[in-house]
Amino acid sequence: MLRDIIIGQYYQTESVIHRLDPRVKLGGTLLYIISLFCFDNFIGYVLAILFLGIVIRLSHVPFKLMVRGMKAILFLLLITAVFNLFLTPGEPLVSVWKLSISKEGLVLAVTMAVRLSLLIIGSSIMTLTTTPNNLTDGMEKMMAPLKVFRIPVHEVAMMMSIALRFIPILLEETDKIMKAQMARGADFESGNIFARAKALVPLLIPLFVSAFRRANDLAMAMESRCYRGGDGRTKMKPLVYARRDAIAYVCLVGYLVVSIVLGNVVLW
Amino acid sequence: MSIVFENINFIYNAGMPTERKALEDICLEIPDGQFVGIIGHTGSGKSTLIQHMNGLMKASSGALYFQGENIYEKGYDLKSLRTKVGLVFQYPEHQLFEVDVFSDVCFGPKNQGLEQEEVEKRAKEALRMVGVEDHMFFQSPFELSGGQKRRVAIAGVLAMRPDVLVLDEPTAGLDPKGRGEILDLIKDLQVKTGKTVILVSHSMEDVAEYVDRIIVMNEGKIMLDGTPREVFKHTQGLEEVGLAAPEVSYILRDLKKRGLDVATDAITISEAAEAIAKAIQQRHS
Repeated sequence: MLRDIIIGQYYQTESVIHRLDPRVKLGGTLLYIISLFCFDNFIGYVLAILFLGIVIRLSHVPFKLMVRGMKAILFLLLITAVFNLFLTPGEPLVSVWKLSISKEGLVLAVTMAVRLSLLIIGSSIMTLTTTPNNLTDGMEKMMAPLKVFRIPVHEVAMMMSIALRFIPILLEETDKIMKAQMARGADFESGNIFARAKALVPLLIPLFVSAFRRANDLAMAMESRCYRGGDGRTKMKPLVYARRDAIAYVCLVGYLVVSIVLGNVVLW
Repeated sequence: MSIVFENINFIYNAGMPTERKALEDICLEIPDGQFVGIIGHTGSGKSTLIQHMNGLMKASSGALYFQGENIYEKGYDLKSLRTKVGLVFQYPEHQLFEVDVFSDVCFGPKNQGLEQEEVEKRAKEALRMVGVEDHMFFQSPFELSGGQKRRVAIAGVLAMRPDVLVLDEPTAGLDPKGRGEILDLIKDLQVKTGKTVILVSHSMEDVAEYVDRIIVMNEGKIMLDGTPREVFKHTQGLEEVGLAAPEVSYILRDLKKRGLDVATDAITISEAAEAIAKAIQQRHS
């Protein structure tokens, strides 16, 4: 049940995308998201889907896994679609009571849903092909210039990598405690919303207790290995750009330009 | 009131590249009142096996009968099954959540929908059974020592008055004294109440002294199944899967190799001492 959530999960395999520098993937994801909101016609969608398809193929991550990750945000997608469908003013197609569906609303609902899905799948490729450590290393390096403004870049990156690392651990822990309480007759699935919220107490308290215990242990382990923040800390595997990273940047910028140009051509 | 596994298979992450067979064609019958030890290396499928017994995990294929009823049949009351087959998880003290020991133990019987009076009666009975003294009833469970916490957690399951008690590594993380105490307690419970007890462990020493029957799991299959004496004869097979017979059986075999005519089938320290004494006497007479 809980294992279906794939946000922040890494999928181990061998591919070009996996080997790319995390900075390329971070930048690429950002560019891709920007591109999703820069086009205005049918060609733009085709290009965006095509680009994503190629990247998925290159990444060797099974498509099934990404679809499974979509389930978690299905609800969000539906709400967005429904709101767009009913609340966009324009030429009404169908009217029921006070609600009416306009042609513009219909178009907007569908295109918005497609854009959001592409956005989610696009960014999940980044987390699926990059280990959390690599990802935060990349972020740290990209944000390094911000140190000038006294932003604790290293600390932020460290907190993020710890948070990401703890997601699967806490999920597993939740699963375990849930089972233990179910073995004592707890029921998490039936009853009204208040009964359900109350049923969560036996789950949440042990979970918090264990999270604090783990945080404490981790802090101890870091201290005993002389961790004192980012100053003067070196990396065992420093990030260095390779040829494939340059090629990837060229492809990305190429895609963005083509998408903006072709995506805004007024068709007949 | 037995538990019967019929060709049970369980596959983790079916259809994914991480797919793994955790249980493979398990056939098993556990009759009433038996004290069973399940032994296996980490990842051998022993925890998966016991989670099938109370329906927390559902087999990919096969049938499981409890008291003659197939628990996978439509409409079978899994919630009441969980109160009949009490499962104590590994590190059960991690599931404690109430403000005091007593209310935590009440959680199980309360979920069974019993009257308040009956709930309290059962909670008290269970706490006394595991040797938690009355003055500790209203302490916070988080203030207790590791061994005491574990007793309270076991009481939390016992308070539901299950017919079968399943314990997953109940001695993990305890010091030698605590281990002995918990195991004696479980044996005592089993003898007094005549309940079926299933004890999961990776330590032969723990299990050998206490149980009537040992099931050895390896890679999702049952490798050996019999009385401790029978199972420990297969020393070589056990070693191949990363387990070992109890220490004393190695000592006895070594003695025999060096010329002392001693019986080598002892499995506990006192049995071994007896065997050695007997052999020495024979030599002198």
